[in-house]
Amino acid sequence: MGGWRALRSAVCVMVALYLLAPLVIVVIVSFSAASFLRFPPPALSFRWYDNLFGDPGWMRSIAISIEVLIPASLSATVLGTAAAYALIRGRVPGASLILGCLMLPIVVPAIITGAGLYGVYRGLGLNGTRTGLIIGHTVLIMPYVVATVSASLRMMDARLEDAAATLGASPWAGFRRVTLPLLMPSVLSGLLFAMVVSFDELIVSLFISTARVRPVTVLMWSNVRGDFDPTIAAIATLCFVFAFFALLLEMIVRRRAGAEHT
Amino acid sequence: MKRIDHRIWLLVPPLLLLLVAFIGPVTWLLSRAFTQPAPGFGNFVELWEHPVYLRVIWNTLLISAITTPVCVAVGFPVAHAMTYANARTRRWLIFLVLLPFWTSLLVRTFATVILLQRNGPLNAMLLGMGIIGQPLPLLYNMTGLLIGAVQVLLPFVIFPLHASMMKIEPAYMQAALTLGADPLRAFFRVYLPLTLPGLMTGATLVFISVLGYFVTPAMLGGVRQLMVAQLIQDQIGQFGNWGIAGALSLILLLATAVLLGLLHATVGLKAVAR
Repeated sequence: MGGWRALRSAVCVMVALYLLAPLVIVVIVSFSAASFLRFPPPALSFRWYDNLFGDPGWMRSIAISIEVLIPASLSATVLGTAAAYALIRGRVPGASLILGCLMLPIVVPAIITGAGLYGVYRGLGLNGTRTGLIIGHTVLIMPYVVATVSASLRMMDARLEDAAATLGASPWAGFRRVTLPLLMPSVLSGLLFAMVVSFDELIVSLFISTARVRPVTVLMWSNVRGDFDPTIAAIATLCFVFAFFALLLEMIVRRRAGAEHT
Repeated sequence: MKRIDHRIWLLVPPLLLLLVAFIGPVTWLLSRAFTQPAPGFGNFVELWEHPVYLRVIWNTLLISAITTPVCVAVGFPVAHAMTYANARTRRWLIFLVLLPFWTSLLVRTFATVILLQRNGPLNAMLLGMGIIGQPLPLLYNMTGLLIGAVQVLLPFVIFPLHASMMKIEPAYMQAALTLGADPLRAFFRVYLPLTLPGLMTGATLVFISVLGYFVTPAMLGGVRQLMVAQLIQDQIGQFGNWGIAGALSLILLLATAVLLGLLHATVGLKAVAR
């Protein structure tokens, strides 16, 4: 057993390096003074961040990503929570089938969703609009909220809500005063993950955006495929920092709620 | 008469969105396969008659088939360590695996490009240690694609495996060992079969993810690693060939559905949210 332990620890350390090394390298390269992606950098500087923040193209893309992310993640959270509540608590015929359908956008390869939306949007003039992006992102990120919230509803004691009803609370009051407060940690965690997924979404956005309305991932995509300079490492670092804090916040929300990750 | 549960109305807005912005567009795309440029099965005949298309489909299956066992082999020890570590180490391991999971795919793949470059850190390290005499070609080939894909997909096997392992009674292994099985035999005959639900779930998730892979092969793979998703995009973006794109999408979707169906039939589909 000792040999297995040692092997296991060795694999864990290697995997840790494997998962983290690229991210650490990107962060370091983003502070490079050299004008190409050399590692280790000859000297450090903030020039690529200056470059990034001074470039109206990048700034506009970041703004568009945020303008899409906020409405999309909020509506996905509201719609996803409503769906999860109806399916887990309501007496809905075929609930598990409906739940499966709501998960489809994660299972179907994004290239298919993207191509389909692009084709349908052409007739509606929605390609290259914020509205089009918001609708597309909402449907893509809703499953994550449905999954998180329905998992937590299943673990919650339904008798608490029955008690509220017995004591005379209307269904809406029961939901607002009993169910929702208990669900809040998982709703927040679904919202955070939905925000991250929307911010990172590339493939569907690639199809339905145009040069005028281009989220940051799409601009990154068109940059990484040519000769790229460390500006892209700077924006990648910002994305990484965003994800890092979102995950940290999510883990704190979960720990506060006392729900251990499994 | 049973009263209708009014909560059912809460389903209307989300299902409407799903129908209009997902099921509708996907169905529209798939139906192109039979309508454009002419009604019938012409697009499938064309796919069958052109070795280029068949090679890309074959490539895609091959890359999925290579990536999946590698992910399982690397993920298994990590899931095992996660399961039997103390609470503190477990939290660290979970954070470690979740962090890249939450980080943009594009960012991670771009990071891998820097790492694997000809004069990148990995080659520099191997040269410095005297392991290799010349930089290895790690990018734009199968090696690069595999390194990038496994990195991205590890969490998909680690978490289901971890969930399965948490359910295994330690007494089972002890019983096998007490009854005289050597550790290796006990592992293969008792422990491994008990992890099968998680293992199958993880492997299926990896396999179907690779089938639809777009970003990673485009950035890390070479011309020989062209996969179906890129082909679909090329057909639409460059040639406006919606019929072929629809046919390829249908094949991709059917392959995904068959694999999920098999998983459902063997271990049952549970909400594999994380």
